[in-house]
Amino acid sequence: MEKINKEMFTRISTQDHQVQEMVFDTGATFFKDAWKRFRKNKGGVIGLFAIIFILTMAIIGPWLGTHVYNELIAEHIDLPARVPFLEYFGIFDGSVNGFNPYIKKGLTDVYYWFGTDNLGRDLWSRVWMGTRISFFVAFVAVTIDVVFGITYGLISGYFGGKVDLVMQRIVEVISGIPNLVVVILLVLVLKPGLTSIILALMITGWISMSRVVRSQTLKIKEMEFVLAAKSLGASSFVIIAKEVLPNIIGQIIVMTMFSIPSAIFYESFLAFIGLGLQPPVASLGVLISRGYLAMLTYPHMVTFPVVVLSTLMLSFNLVADGLRDAFDPKMKGF
Amino acid sequence: MLKYISKRIFWSIITLLIIVFILFLLLQFMPGTPFDDEKLTEAQRIIMYAKYGLDSPFWQRFGIYLKNILLEGDFGISLALQKNQLVQDIVLPRLGISIRIGLQALLLGTTMGVIYGVISGANKNKWIDTITTFVAVLGVSVPSYVFALLLSYFFGYKWRIFSITYRHGAPFWSSILPTISLSMFVMAQTTRFLRTELIEVLSSEYIKLVEAKGVKRIKVIFRHGIRNALISVVTILGPLTVTLMTGSLVVERVYGVPGIGDLLVEGILTNDFNVIVMIAFIYSSLYITMNLAVDILYGIIDPRIRVAKGG
Amino acid sequence: MEQKPILEVKNLQISFQLNFGTNHVIRDISFHLNKGETLAIVGESGSGKSVTTKAILGLIDDNGCVEVGSCLFRYQKDNKDVEIDLLKCGKDYLQKNIRGNKIAIIFQDPMTSLDPTMKVGRQIMEGMLDHKKVSNRKAAVKRTLELLELVGIDLPEKRINQYPHQLSGGMRQRVVIAIALACEPDVLIADEPTTALDVTIQSQILELIKDIQKKTGVAIIFITHDLGVVANVADRVAVMYAGKIVETGLANEIYYSPKHPYTWGLLSSIPSMSGQNEEILSIPGTPPNLINPPKGDAFAYRSEYAMDIDFEEHPPMFQVSDTHFVASWLLHPDAPKVSMPTVLQARIESYKKRGDQQ
Repeated sequence: MEKINKEMFTRISTQDHQVQEMVFDTGATFFKDAWKRFRKNKGGVIGLFAIIFILTMAIIGPWLGTHVYNELIAEHIDLPARVPFLEYFGIFDGSVNGFNPYIKKGLTDVYYWFGTDNLGRDLWSRVWMGTRISFFVAFVAVTIDVVFGITYGLISGYFGGKVDLVMQRIVEVISGIPNLVVVILLVLVLKPGLTSIILALMITGWISMSRVVRSQTLKIKEMEFVLAAKSLGASSFVIIAKEVLPNIIGQIIVMTMFSIPSAIFYESFLAFIGLGLQPPVASLGVLISRGYLAMLTYPHMVTFPVVVLSTLMLSFNLVADGLRDAFDPKMKGF
Repeated sequence: MLKYISKRIFWSIITLLIIVFILFLLLQFMPGTPFDDEKLTEAQRIIMYAKYGLDSPFWQRFGIYLKNILLEGDFGISLALQKNQLVQDIVLPRLGISIRIGLQALLLGTTMGVIYGVISGANKNKWIDTITTFVAVLGVSVPSYVFALLLSYFFGYKWRIFSITYRHGAPFWSSILPTISLSMFVMAQTTRFLRTELIEVLSSEYIKLVEAKGVKRIKVIFRHGIRNALISVVTILGPLTVTLMTGSLVVERVYGVPGIGDLLVEGILTNDFNVIVMIAFIYSSLYITMNLAVDILYGIIDPRIRVAKGG
Repeated sequence: MEQKPILEVKNLQISFQLNFGTNHVIRDISFHLNKGETLAIVGESGSGKSVTTKAILGLIDDNGCVEVGSCLFRYQKDNKDVEIDLLKCGKDYLQKNIRGNKIAIIFQDPMTSLDPTMKVGRQIMEGMLDHKKVSNRKAAVKRTLELLELVGIDLPEKRINQYPHQLSGGMRQRVVIAIALACEPDVLIADEPTTALDVTIQSQILELIKDIQKKTGVAIIFITHDLGVVANVADRVAVMYAGKIVETGLANEIYYSPKHPYTWGLLSSIPSMSGQNEEILSIPGTPPNLINPPKGDAFAYRSEYAMDIDFEEHPPMFQVSDTHFVASWLLHPDAPKVSMPTVLQARIESYKKRGDQQ
C-alpha cells in the first residue's frame, strides 16, 4: 500500500459532509423527462413532423396553388394531376390510362397539381381546405369531449358513493349502445351538418376519457398527500385542481391524442354513408366519398384525399404511441 | 359466478329496453305517419292504425311497439326502399351474409393478430417487432374503406384476381376481398393489444421464476406468456364488433355486398326510418350479446375468476 | 480437507443503461460460497444484492450488462467434476444445465412469483419434467407430493390441483420453495424470501429453510436487508453497501465484533428481541445514487466517523482474521481509534450472554 499522508486521517464533523449531488434533481421535471423519452421514439417524431406539415399545408395550402378554391371551370373537368418539372419524369404528367386530356383539350399551359374533379374544381385547394375542416371538426369534438369526460370522471371518482353509483350506471348503459348507432341516429335527427357531427362525435368520445379519469381519481384521492391536503382544510375544488389533475395530465394527453384520429375517421365515415357535410363544402370525407365513385376511371380524385387522411391518422397514432411510452412506459391499452 | 352472470344479463336487458325506447322516441320526431301512402285503401289504413296503435296515448303506443318488436320482430313497414313491405322481410334475409363476412373477418383478423402480436411481443425492440408494430399502427390508422378501395382497385380491377363485386354464384370467393378489408383493423388492434399484454406478462416476476427453473425460452413464451396474455385479449372482442359493424357499412357498399350494412346506408340515403331503426336494434343487440359473452367467457377462462366465484 | 468453494464470484461489475445515464449497480465485488454452508448477503435496498444473484443465473434485465468479472461454479456432470464460468457460458448452457437444475432461486414476493393461471402442481413439476429428472408424469406427481410434504403443506393431494390465488402468502412461498427444490439443486438462492410475509410466517419459513438445508445439504445464499433475520441461519455474512462489499466474515465475527460503521448501523437498527427498552439507532440519509458514484468511500457521506481520506479514495480490504475482512479506512494503522457506539456494545454483550446460556 502506498504511503498516505497522515493528515488525511483527521475526523471531520458531520456538519461538514459534502452533500452528494443528485442527478434526478437537476431540473429533470416530469414533462422534460417525458419529452426526452419522446424524442427517442422515431415514429413519434416523424408523426409529429407530418402533423405539423399537414397542418401548415391546411393553413397556407389553398393559397399556394394556381387555382381558386371552389371555382367551377367546365372545360377543366376530370383532369388528372399535373405538376411542372415532375412531368418530365413520367409522373404527374397529366395522363391517365395512357391518355392525356390536357393535350387533348389543348391546355398545354395549365397545371393542376392534384387534378380537378367532375365539376372542374381544383383538387389541390379542395384537399387542403378539406383537411382544414377535418382538423376543425376533430379538434372541436375532442376538446369538448375531453373537457366533459374529465369533468364527469372527476366528479364521479372524487365524490364517490351514491353520486358515483348513479353516474356509473349511466355510463354503463350508454356504453352498452354501439357508437355507430348513436352517431347515426343523432346525425339523422339533427340533420347532417357541422354542428350535429361535432355533437355526435362528442357524445361518443367522452366515455373512455371519463373512465380513465375516474379510476385515476379513485386511486389518487386515497393517497397520503391528498388526505394531508384535506385534513388541512383544502376545499374539494382546490384538491381536484391542485392535487388530482396534475397527476393525471399525462394520461389525459395520451387519451386525447388517440381520440383525434378516431374523430377524423368518423367525420370521413359519415360523409361516406351520406350523413356527413354536404357539398360544395369540402372535407376529406366528402372528397373521398365523391372521388370513389369515379375511382376506376380517375383514380386521382380519391388518391390525394385518401393519402392525406391516412397520413394524418397514422401520424396522430404514432405521436400518441410515442407519448404513451414517454409518459408512462407501463401504461396499458390503446 | 351464477349470480354474476344473472346480474349481467339483467343489465343487458335493461340496456336493450332503453335502446328500444330511444329508437321509439326517435320515430315520434320523424315527420308524417308511416301510413300516408295514397295507395293504401281506407280499410287497410284502419287495420294498420289498430295494429300499431297509432291513436293510443304515448306509453300505450310504446307498449304495443315493444310487444311487436319482441314477440314478432315487427318494426313496421318500409317507407321508401320497398314501400309497404314489412321491414323484417327486407332486413332479415340480408342479415346472414353480413354476419358471415363479419365472422370471417373476426376470425381472420384475430388469428393473424395473435400470431403477429406474439411474434412482436416476444421479440420486443428487435427489427421484426419494429416491422409488425408499424404494420399494426398502419392497420389501426388507415380506415377500412381505404383498404376496400385499394384492394378492389388492384385485385379486382387491375389484376382481376378476385371479383370486384360480390356475386351470389361465388359466395365465398367473392367475399374474400371484403373480409380482408374488414379484418385489417381487427388484426392490427389485436396485434397491438396482445403485444402490450405479452410484454407486460413476460416482464413479470413469475416469468422470471419460470426462467430460473431452466425452462426453454420458447416454452416460457408459449406455456406461460401467451396463456396469460391471451386472457385479456378476450376483452377487446366487444369493441372490435362495433368496428366491424362500422366498417361493414362502407365495405359492403364498396363491394356491393347485399348485407344489412349496405341496406342501412340505403335506408339513410332514402330516409327509410323503420329500416334504420331495425338495423340499429340488431346492431345494439349484437353488441350487447357480444359484451355479455365476453364477460362470461372471461370468467370461464381465467381461473382467478372461475374458481373464486364458482368455488 | 481443504475443499474448493462451490461458487466463486470475482471482481464482478454490473451496470444498467438508463435514459439519463449509466447506473453502476455492482462495483467490483468478490465473494465465495462453500459447499453446504449458508452465506447471508446483507444490505439496504438498492445496494445491489439482488442484482448479483440474478446475474449469476443470467436473469438480469436487457438493459443490464456484466462489464467485468467471473463467477466460477463447480459441479458434477455425469460423475465428472466440471468448473465453468457462469457469466461466460451463455444463456443456453445456463438454461440447460444450471438454472433450476443446479442453482435454484426463491423470490421475495410469493404473491407475484407464481403463474396465476397454472395449477401449483404443474408449476412444481415443470422443472423436473423439462430437466428429465423424472421418467414420466406419474413419477413427477409422486415427487411433487413428496416435495409439498417436505415444505410443510398439508393435504398435498388437494393443493396440487389448486391455483396460486387459492393459497395464502405463506403457503405460496412454500410452493416456491418446493419449485426450487424440485431438481435437487446444489445451490439455493433465497432473495429476501421472508420480507413480504407476516412476522409469524417469516419465522416458519426460516425454520423450513434451515430444516431443508439439514436434510439436503444444499448451499444457500440468503439475501436480506435485515441482519436480524439471518442471525440464526447464516454461517457467514457479507455486508454490501452501494455496490461494494464493505465487510465480510463468519457470522460470529460480524455479530460480535463488527468493524465497519455501516455494519454497526445495521446491527443497531435491529429491533430488540429482548423486549427491553433499548435505543434503536437508524442510519441517517439514503444510499447514494450510483449513476455518478461518489468518490472514495460511499458510506462516508452518511457516516459520523468519516475522515478526509474517505472522500478521496476507496478503502482497500483490511484483513482482521483469516475469515474477517473490512473495507474501511478506520482500520488503517494511521487512523484514529474509534469504537462502536456504546448502545451497540451493550447490546452485543447481552447477545453474548444469551448465547452462552444456550
